[in-house]
Amino acid sequence: MNVTSFVQDRQLTVALYGEIDHHSAREIMQTVSEKIDLYMPLRCILDFRDVSFMDSSGIAVVINALRRMNTLKGKLLLQNIPPQPYKVLRAAGIEKLTEIREGCTK
Amino acid sequence: MKTENYMNLEFPSKSANESFARAAIACFAAQLDPTLDEVGDIKTAVSEAVTNCIVHAYPDSIGPVILRAKILSGNVLDIVIKDRGRGIEDIEQARKPMFTTGGEERSGMGITIMESFMTEFSISSKEGKGTSIHMKRKIVRRGGKK
Repeated sequence: MNVTSFVQDRQLTVALYGEIDHHSAREIMQTVSEKIDLYMPLRCILDFRDVSFMDSSGIAVVINALRRMNTLKGKLLLQNIPPQPYKVLRAAGIEKLTEIREGCTK
Repeated sequence: MKTENYMNLEFPSKSANESFARAAIACFAAQLDPTLDEVGDIKTAVSEAVTNCIVHAYPDSIGPVILRAKILSGNVLDIVIKDRGRGIEDIEQARKPMFTTGGEERSGMGITIMESFMTEFSISSKEGKGTSIHMKRKIVRRGGKK
């Protein structure tokens, strides 16, 4: 799993890539946590544009990032979510817990 | 309902096989001419079931996971995912959204997702013997087909 990220004005953007399942989630979760701990951003954006598949393991990734951003009193934002991951996130009510932008509106 | 086609697969409960199981079911389902959304739902449900076998049925060992799929008359995909693992102590509790014994890495949404993404869902389990999940998904027949 390759995760690319960039930081600007205390805003951290993490671009997730590929299939997020139980097999890959632990590493992704770790990488996202490490980046948040390192940069201590006020805003963390998870970009799902290149996520080709996601199951409920991805919900745990989002909740983990949300928890970390809450401790920093920062905000978590999800963007560019394709339809399949969006449906999984909605099943867990993630849209009530965090802001979603430029997501699939289906 | 008449069985028009079927396939049986068995693989060890290694997490690398999660993507294999998803790909296999997507290929088998392709003959029903599903939409991208339908394939997405089926792959997600199978991914959840196989992950449960890996995480919960065989927590400290590797054991067999069986994936059986049938195409039934009326454009229905019928899927069974079975293990011979430790079984579920309390099925009602396991079905509850956000309930998990899997720790921080799990969301507790697996069964909820299988139930809501598939047309039919049932689960049976015996402690020490294993768990079996049976799901069906009707694929909408689209126009323009010969």
